[in-house]
Amino acid sequence: MNVSPDLDSRFREAALREGLVDVRYDVVDSPVGELFVASTARGLCRISYWPGGMEESLARTFGPRVLRSPLDDVRRELEEYFEGERREFDLPIDLRVAPFHADVLAELARVPYGRTETYGALAAKVGRPKAARAVGTVMNRNPIPIVLPCHRIVGANGSLTGYAGGLDVKLRLLQHEGAMLV
Amino acid sequence: MMEVVATEIPPFERFYLEHRDEVLGYLRRLLGPRAEDAWQETFLRALRAYNRLQHARNLRSWVFTIATNVAMDELRAKPQPPLDGAPGADLRRDAFRELEHLTDGLPPTERAAVVLRYGYDLPYAQIADALGSSEEAARAAASSGVRRLRRTHERLA
Repeated sequence: MNVSPDLDSRFREAALREGLVDVRYDVVDSPVGELFVASTARGLCRISYWPGGMEESLARTFGPRVLRSPLDDVRRELEEYFEGERREFDLPIDLRVAPFHADVLAELARVPYGRTETYGALAAKVGRPKAARAVGTVMNRNPIPIVLPCHRIVGANGSLTGYAGGLDVKLRLLQHEGAMLV
Repeated sequence: MMEVVATEIPPFERFYLEHRDEVLGYLRRLLGPRAEDAWQETFLRALRAYNRLQHARNLRSWVFTIATNVAMDELRAKPQPPLDGAPGADLRRDAFRELEHLTDGLPPTERAAVVLRYGYDLPYAQIADALGSSEEAARAAASSGVRRLRRTHERLA
């Protein structure tokens, strides 16, 4: 006895309407591949290039009531970004990270579209000029890439160094934004 | 030995995908065309309680328990109307399909016990959980249901 798509979506809508969901997620298409996106009642909490095991990861951080459901706002803003119509995201975000990570990500969010910044410079902005490597770790664990633009952070010599979605994606995002690359 | 992995609460989405179809099938057997509302209520109740679960053992019987409660409430409020046509009119060969068709005439508890035992192969301990009764009472409900079916069947034959 299979649940029809209609019955299924009525259930998902009722669950959200009643506020019974800790975190909802969706998978959206983009020019850099499928993106796993997730949101709590407070805001966008995750973007991942790799959907495998993400439900479990969300359950551990936000609670077990994880439900798939369309995230239209997120989908739309990402589409606008990739179409070149959006330079800043207006989505509220829900970050649950350690204080140092929160400080670094807050500074990261201020790096403008189409510009790059070095790990060291970002470290200096949070008052830890010698913590370039620790800033690298924060970038590496950035829960909301693209929206929190860790692709704009590069090595001191201008090298791309690393990226969760792969260096080719980092390069593509920077080219898309028209960033001047050394 | 403790199996930590096996008892970690799965994300609700996984639990839901695993059980949604069989729970709907179960409720169809108990409630017929009224099953869809009961199905939604079952998973909403499951979701309301899901973040208070202490472990992930027997999630299948847990959701059948909820479904049974929802169905019982429904059946007590509005008893199942008899299906169209005489129950014996189109008996199929398959043993459970035969029962399934006839279980409509059973009292709710017996119906649930018979359907869970013979339709879903749940052990009596889990049927007892679902019915909120002892294992002995679950066994008694199923066998009394089967006896009643046999009598009905003989009358119709």
